Amino acid sequence: MDTRSAKAARAAPSGRSQIAETVNAGLRRRYRAERRFRAYGIIAILVALGMLATLFVTIIGKGYTAFWQHSLELNVAVPADAVNPQDLGSANYLGLLRDALQAQFPEVDTRQERRALFAMLSDGAPYALQDAVAEDPSVIGRSVTVQVALDDDFDMLAKGHIDANLPEAQRRLSDAQVAWYQALAERGMIEGHFNTTLFTSGDSRQAEMSGIWGAVVGSFFTLAVTLALSFPIGVATAVYLEEFAPKNRFTDLIEVNINNLAAVPSIVFGLLGLAVFLQFFGLPRSAPLVGGLVLTLMTLPTIIIASRAALKSVPPSIREAALGLGASKLQMILHHVLPLAMPGMLTGTIIGMAQALGESAPLLMIGMVAFVVDIPNGPLDPSTVLPVQIFLWADSPERAFVERTSAAIMVLLAFLVFMNAAAVWLRKKFERRW
Amino acid sequence: MQILLLIAVVLGLTLIGFRFGRLRSVRVAGGDTRKLHSLPTYYGLYVALWCGIPALVLVAAWMALEPSIIRTIVLGGLPPEILLMPDGAPINDARLSLLLTDIRNIASGNIASQSDPAVIEAAARYAGLQQISFGAMVVVVLSVALGGALFAYRFIAPQFRARIRVESIIKAVMVACSLVAILTTLGIILSLLFESLRFFAQVPITEFLFGTNWSPQTAMRSDQVGSSGAFGAVPLFAGTMLIAMIAMCVAVPIGLLAAIYMAEYAPRKVRAVVKPLLEILAGIPTVVYGFFAALTVAPFIRDTGGLLGLSVSSESALAAGLVMGIMIIPFVSSLSDDVITAVPQSMREGSYGLGATKSETIKRVIFPAALPGVVGGILLAVSRALGETMIVVMAAGLASNLTANPLEAVTTVTVQIVTLLVGDQEFDSAKTLAAFALGLVLFTVTLALNVIALHVVRKYREQYE
Repeated sequence: MDTRSAKAARAAPSGRSQIAETVNAGLRRRYRAERRFRAYGIIAILVALGMLATLFVTIIGKGYTAFWQHSLELNVAVPADAVNPQDLGSANYLGLLRDALQAQFPEVDTRQERRALFAMLSDGAPYALQDAVAEDPSVIGRSVTVQVALDDDFDMLAKGHIDANLPEAQRRLSDAQVAWYQALAERGMIEGHFNTTLFTSGDSRQAEMSGIWGAVVGSFFTLAVTLALSFPIGVATAVYLEEFAPKNRFTDLIEVNINNLAAVPSIVFGLLGLAVFLQFFGLPRSAPLVGGLVLTLMTLPTIIIASRAALKSVPPSIREAALGLGASKLQMILHHVLPLAMPGMLTGTIIGMAQALGESAPLLMIGMVAFVVDIPNGPLDPSTVLPVQIFLWADSPERAFVERTSAAIMVLLAFLVFMNAAAVWLRKKFERRW
Repeated sequence: MQILLLIAVVLGLTLIGFRFGRLRSVRVAGGDTRKLHSLPTYYGLYVALWCGIPALVLVAAWMALEPSIIRTIVLGGLPPEILLMPDGAPINDARLSLLLTDIRNIASGNIASQSDPAVIEAAARYAGLQQISFGAMVVVVLSVALGGALFAYRFIAPQFRARIRVESIIKAVMVACSLVAILTTLGIILSLLFESLRFFAQVPITEFLFGTNWSPQTAMRSDQVGSSGAFGAVPLFAGTMLIAMIAMCVAVPIGLLAAIYMAEYAPRKVRAVVKPLLEILAGIPTVVYGFFAALTVAPFIRDTGGLLGLSVSSESALAAGLVMGIMIIPFVSSLSDDVITAVPQSMREGSYGLGATKSETIKRVIFPAALPGVVGGILLAVSRALGETMIVVMAAGLASNLTANPLEAVTTVTVQIVTLLVGDQEFDSAKTLAAFALGLVLFTVTLALNVIALHVVRKYREQYE
């Protein structure tokens, strides 16, 4: 460009305006390129943020209805000859509920129709009645009003996820079932309320009876094991490498190792856990203890790297002051350096724990995908964790499970947001610049 | 639970040991702690460490070794006819582990249905041995704790250099902790290598690396027809590459342009808002991305393709790759952001001074200077895309398919590892071992990418100071 304008200047020594024109023409082009480039950057950011927004909107849009659930209020006759007060567990509560439902629709009489009608009751409904009778045995011989959960398909109908206007063949419920539901709704027997089942029960094949509590408890035990192991080991390693380790090939090897471990795919840690902890040491499958061990190995590099950075940021003057007053090296570290580096270390640990909470691939390898109905009682009971529960539910095509999967994701994200916010708060509150 | 109680008791003893050690040090000094070599706390700590560490190490070792020892004893006591297959052949691993599970379940009282009296007897022996083992452990561990405490307690004297001893113990513990990282790497390499060698004994390594047919069904019975199993992993490698490539096509332009905008153009306020928002993308668990890909993106792409008259698989590589790309955006952008901001300000000003516009400066001065770092970051992102599991497990296909068409379903290395290993498995079948061979390939490739990335950054980095 320079040579070109120089040539132009030589060819027409007096034509200053011509030079200016050439330059200006170039300038316009260059400014356009400038604006284009800038727009590319803005578009890139908007695309990324748009994806983020789409992700959140889909998940919240699909899942917010999972937080409430509809139940059926039935007045059930409990005849004295049907329930033995000494042995409450043996009675046929399902039969009683069915009779009560049948009483609402006397016109239903063929077997097929009755079956379609009774599909409205959740498989867990008899337990609700049993609990009601157990709570107040005086109802035997009289009748009792109980709230029983609706089957998930009817719950979806109540929430509007099944469109009653579609042709019958295109929805999961028949015309008759929709009509019965609408009749019950008109009689005011269908009621929506906060979905406590979701937060209090374990997994289930029936969507309306399944909950995330089992997975939350499993995640808790797994993270507890991870924290108990990875924090002390990580901090000790960081202190050793940063403060004591002589510069030699051995410590170099450790450092290279840690950096490489940070980039190993998580599923490889699962293979390690399967081969070493399950095969070689014979630890139980599906146990949070093993999950915690695997996640410890996975989060250690994160914690070590963050802890070393925190130790590095403590100024040498503090160390020298401590040493000058006669402290031993370990005293200097334990009494002065470590307390000052602790906020940074804790921040790193929380971020590591958040990673561990969201991790599922290595846990699939060590059997934490089992279908576990019971709430685990300790780190050796078979259990699953929240992300794996999401993975399991995501496989079920029913709309009710899609809704629950999204709800479980929201709970998981809420935990993660909370942990990351705690890390940020910790950093802001204790950050010191020397 | 009983184990936790035992550990709590040991910790309690440690605390008591600390008090006693401290008290004794004050007593031997006649109440004048200046006569002691170290502060009284160190004498207490010395006793406590001797009480706690050997006992806890013993508990861990016992827990690790107990199951296999009991297993050997119980199996040794079984009548030989149980250890045969129904057809009289020696028992295989699958049946053996089934038998052991039975014994274990009956021993813990979970199932009371088993018929074979020999198995029930073995279960009783199993339970008995467990009880004996636990009793023995309690006795041995507690005596080790007390013995250690007494041993250290007797050393306490004014001349005893307790601080030096305690510090060297703590230092030894720290060295042991830093060995965990090496042991992990060693464990990964050894377990992958060992199982892979067993696999290559059954399937030649050339067939695994260069075969184009993957159908890992092995025969359960020797007379079964048509399931000899084929372990040619090329379709998996191709599928992994395809999805990773799509992911990089999304992540690199978006991530890089976003990083450039944020580093060079964005006002401070915009940067303060947008940067954390992008970091959120990095913090979302991969299982959530998988759900998003399978539930929203894949049907969207299928329907759009349908409108255009294309036949798109509902598990298309495109959906998985796109979502994986979104996941990697913040990874690329934050790494590039770091290297771009690290380019010294004087180079920018020099370029402006020569009359270049901002975008010309970026394209001709800053980007070339930052290139090694950017390339390193992209290589790290590729290694992450190759090892990513949940998105592809949930959104990519299961059947192997050697194709370069992103609209078809392909399967990947990680998907196959998961499908081969989820659920109960026997450890001698080629099917299970194949997963370890795949893991070895994955580990080697990602490690190589990381090493190359570090090398690129180190070798080609321009030193400005």
